[in-house]
Amino acid sequence: MGIKLGSSIIRKVAMALSGLFLIIFLTQHFIINITSVFNKNIFNMLSHFMGNNFIIQFIFQPILIFGVIFHFVMGFILEWQNRNARSTNYQVYDNSSNSSWVSRNMIISGIVVLSFLALHFYDFWIPEIKYKYIESLPANPDRYYPELIHKFKDPIKVIIYCVSFVFLSLHLLHGFASSFRSLGANSKFYYSINLFTIVYSIFIPLGFCFIALYHLLISNVTH
Amino acid sequence: MKLILKIWRQENANSVGKIVSYEIDEISPDMSFLEMLDVLNEELMLKGIDPIAFDHDCREGICGSCSMFINGQAHGPDRYITTCQLHMRKFKDGDTIYIEPFRAKTFPVIKDLVVDRTAFDRIQHAGGYISVNTSGNTQDANTIPIEKANADQAFDAATCIGCGACVATCKNSSAMLYVSAKVSQFALLPQGKVEATDRVINMVKQMDEEGFGNCTNTGACEIECPKAISLDNIARMNRELVKAKFKK
Repeated sequence: MGIKLGSSIIRKVAMALSGLFLIIFLTQHFIINITSVFNKNIFNMLSHFMGNNFIIQFIFQPILIFGVIFHFVMGFILEWQNRNARSTNYQVYDNSSNSSWVSRNMIISGIVVLSFLALHFYDFWIPEIKYKYIESLPANPDRYYPELIHKFKDPIKVIIYCVSFVFLSLHLLHGFASSFRSLGANSKFYYSINLFTIVYSIFIPLGFCFIALYHLLISNVTH
Repeated sequence: MKLILKIWRQENANSVGKIVSYEIDEISPDMSFLEMLDVLNEELMLKGIDPIAFDHDCREGICGSCSMFINGQAHGPDRYITTCQLHMRKFKDGDTIYIEPFRAKTFPVIKDLVVDRTAFDRIQHAGGYISVNTSGNTQDANTIPIEKANADQAFDAATCIGCGACVATCKNSSAMLYVSAKVSQFALLPQGKVEATDRVINMVKQMDEEGFGNCTNTGACEIECPKAISLDNIARMNRELVKAKFKK
């Protein structure tokens, strides 16, 4: 068995698998976050579980970080290779007549999502690591909801988050269905895959926007 | 029809090319695009100017040699045709038409609109065939039962004429549609299954070595392909390659 990343198709399959893995993570992230709108106790309980469970923290979290890094590093490598495959550009190139903007500009939507991830890590992940492993503060299962509310008080930050979710939606609109094609999905499934892709790519980012806006409005109304 | 043609002129592979503007008059809407270029070339030769070099052979959409990028699209502004099947009625009087060679690092310009597509030949040589001694001792192909759906799909894949429109139109200059058509036409038939593992590995390896870009499933190749080769073939080739890698 000679599975290596040397072949363009194997690289494509690896990109698809890492993308699908990140989509699974995104789904569970959304499910946990949406509970903050309905019940802060459930949100606190789930966040505490995710933040303190050994398997999640020391097995799944490193896999997730590897998945994110692999996906964007491979994305940049493939983009560089693709740009190098044409040395002279066309004087006139009407690519909008045969392909969608989102499919041609995955690198742009990807860079925006990556920048958002950096901000998100700065906002949530780094303080969490600092709290638990650097300052070694005592576990407080009730701290997650107030921290979330505090982060979404700033309207500028919420706007940045919402714009990023629009780009996440664009990235998913092509990437989700495309990953199934890369994995060799038969055309008889394409209609269902495309339909599910459209629903997921709009619903999930819109849901994240709703969560951010909800907490912005609630925090400003109650204070 | 009166037209302004902006055509890529390049003396040879090593020289720097540029767009040169020509005006042409009295073009019939019923002319094919290549006939229009023939008229232009006659005018240029009468003026003592080097005629525009372009590939052509069958002029009926079979040979795949008349490859040009016209107004930003491979084979021009129509679907499922080659340039020789494009008619001037697709343009309007007074139009400006940009005519460029197919562009990819793997398709270097030889002269003007003529590009070197021998990269495709090398991919084909890497495995796009069946190694059977056909000197009178083979079984009649018609005696091998083949499911109709597979026979139809294999035939559809085999209609690829290797024109290179997929590479030219893909933003990544990927040759996946071409290679997948060649892999699929054999993978779907019992005659091709014997060498299927080596074929897909060797053809994809050669494709990568030539320096074509990676497929990102934009679907532009399928739209611009004169023979409507489906993206399903790329999905099939992906499956074939992963299967082959596990076997090897």
